[in-house]
Amino acid sequence: MEKFTQLRGTAAPMDMINIDTDMIIPKQYLKTIKRTGLGKHAFAEMRYNEDGSEKPDFVLNKPQYRNAQVIVAEDNFGCGSSREHAPWALLDFGIKCVISTSFADIFYNNCFKNGILPIQVTHEQLRELMDDAGKGSNAVLEIDLENQTIGRPNGESVSFEIDPHRKHCLINGLDDIGQTLQQASKIDSFEEQRKAATPWA
Amino acid sequence: MATPRTLFDKIWQSHLVDVQEDGSCLIYIDRHLVHEVTSPQAFEGLKLAGRKVRRPDLTLAVADHNVPTSDRSKGIADEESRIQVETLEKNVKDFGVPYFPVLDVRQGIVHIIGPEQGFTLPGMTIVCGDSHTATHGAFGSLAFGIGTSEVEHVLATQTLPQAPAKNMRITVEGKVPEGVTSKDVILAIIGKIGTAGGTGHVVEFAGEAIREMSMESRMTVCNMTIEGGARAGMIAPDETTFAYLKGRPMAPKGGEWELAVEYWKTLPSDEGARYDKEVVLKAEDIIPQVTWGTSPQDVVPVTGHTPDPAAESDPGKKASIERSLAYMGLAPNTPMTEVKIDKVFIGSCTNGRIEDIRAAAAIAKGRKVADSVYAMVVPGSGLVKEQAEQEGLDVILKEAGFDWREPGCSMCLAMNADKLEPGERCASTSNRNFQGRQGPGGRTHLVSPSMAAAAAVTGHLSDVRALAN
Ligand code: SF4
Repeated sequence: MEKFTQLRGTAAPMDMINIDTDMIIPKQYLKTIKRTGLGKHAFAEMRYNEDGSEKPDFVLNKPQYRNAQVIVAEDNFGCGSSREHAPWALLDFGIKCVISTSFADIFYNNCFKNGILPIQVTHEQLRELMDDAGKGSNAVLEIDLENQTIGRPNGESVSFEIDPHRKHCLINGLDDIGQTLQQASKIDSFEEQRKAATPWA
Repeated sequence: MATPRTLFDKIWQSHLVDVQEDGSCLIYIDRHLVHEVTSPQAFEGLKLAGRKVRRPDLTLAVADHNVPTSDRSKGIADEESRIQVETLEKNVKDFGVPYFPVLDVRQGIVHIIGPEQGFTLPGMTIVCGDSHTATHGAFGSLAFGIGTSEVEHVLATQTLPQAPAKNMRITVEGKVPEGVTSKDVILAIIGKIGTAGGTGHVVEFAGEAIREMSMESRMTVCNMTIEGGARAGMIAPDETTFAYLKGRPMAPKGGEWELAVEYWKTLPSDEGARYDKEVVLKAEDIIPQVTWGTSPQDVVPVTGHTPDPAAESDPGKKASIERSLAYMGLAPNTPMTEVKIDKVFIGSCTNGRIEDIRAAAAIAKGRKVADSVYAMVVPGSGLVKEQAEQEGLDVILKEAGFDWREPGCSMCLAMNADKLEPGERCASTSNRNFQGRQGPGGRTHLVSPSMAAAAAVTGHLSDVRALAN
């Protein structure tokens, strides 16, 4: 997994609540057996017409946002299906950070497994950042995970909270499985004890 | 005296393998269900790292999302779907994971077959790369959906790093009125708490209305907990639970059964246990529900009408109502019973069990599907299908003009050939009415199985209470 430390990138405004994972990556693209290559299908139904041409009004189709690395969105981002194809599609598109007032749990977890930073901010902060993201080619945010700040175009900065363990893993690009396997002896003894207590399990 | 604990607390604490200084927890996973859509990249990861599946005996795989619901002895026509199913078949072979093949009578939707086989048991931690894993919480287990990286993690280690959740209790007091089903109860709950109402929480459903439900009904309620944003939903195990499980192929037997029941009886929340959030509903207030929009929280009683964005003061909500109505092709203030439908889908992990098919058949009996409507019934598993056929439900449904299909996810998410055409409107017993969920441009109204059957025979959304005999 790639490390996440700092990011300076264009932020695209998606002023909508409940952006669900079906919207982020519609099911017709879930038939892949790979993790890569989903970026061109990210937000497919909002992004393309039926004939495959782009919808010019969709934010990520606008010239100033085509290379966006950050999405700023309203409440409950990533709700619905557990598909990890959603963060895979965002990452493949180039999105490395999503800022919202709230995230659905599974999506939130999935982001960290893929080196994407989901940042939760207050409603007031979101309004400001949404305005920033609306500034087109000036919509550049500076994310500093170490210091837990978002630098705004006007020079001000917003600080955010994040679980220290998740932060540690993201900054160091740590693979969860490798870390857990270091605890193998604890898993072994747990299994033995459980076998004695609940043999049917 | 020990602090009173909730059902969730008890399961959580008995599964802690490790707690780090920073509070992060590693929990043991008792059961892992695997399906073809969210597992290929996980098995690939294992292969690349040279890792094995730690406990194939605690794992069960099945293909459900992609499988055709027509005759499948000839294989899967769609190439990508076929490759995905074949990839699963290869992976279960390479890693020694138990698997129900597509032509096996035990094949079906992953959340239907777990309980049906007794693979799902009370007090367990159960995961699957699928958000509706919450279904299994109906047995008093902690069951939740995970992403593909987590699937790989569980395959490799049989554990998961997890942050503890908060406790929430939703109590449904009293008895539900005639004609009101568990689907109406859960839709009413989501309408009340909203799609993010349970975020960060594990919900315990309680109260007389829940206790009186069959296991099938309880599964419907827990299934849609995720639509209320909660990580998991659960119901305390009781005699109904034990009676359902007894004799199931993978349930404990003999002396172990006695031991297990004794343990399961210790699981219900203690008197005085604390909940971080409480919601109470009165069952008698619940009317058959139907969704009007593109989020499960966009729900009204069937006697109601679509909302009027002009009446909404919050600009975000107003825009969202306008967007949903436009997508659904509905005008503000339209009475729900005036909404004509083109298709009916009865099935899914929410409502694809025997009780659901019985409910649909009870309404269909002696009636005919309206000429303008195509209606399909997709049993949740091969065993549900078999039982329905033994009860003659398939004949009743076919005589009424319903299409009787092979088991799978089908038009719940339209990854196989069953889908809505752009602009088509469907009364569906599934769980998500998101834009394009049942096919690009398709319009979904979530309802109970009897309401879906009522819509099929009248050609429009209807109050089933007027049809029930
Ligand atoms: S029936 Fe629908 S919700 Fe259930 S597992 Fe299948 S696709 Fe998911």
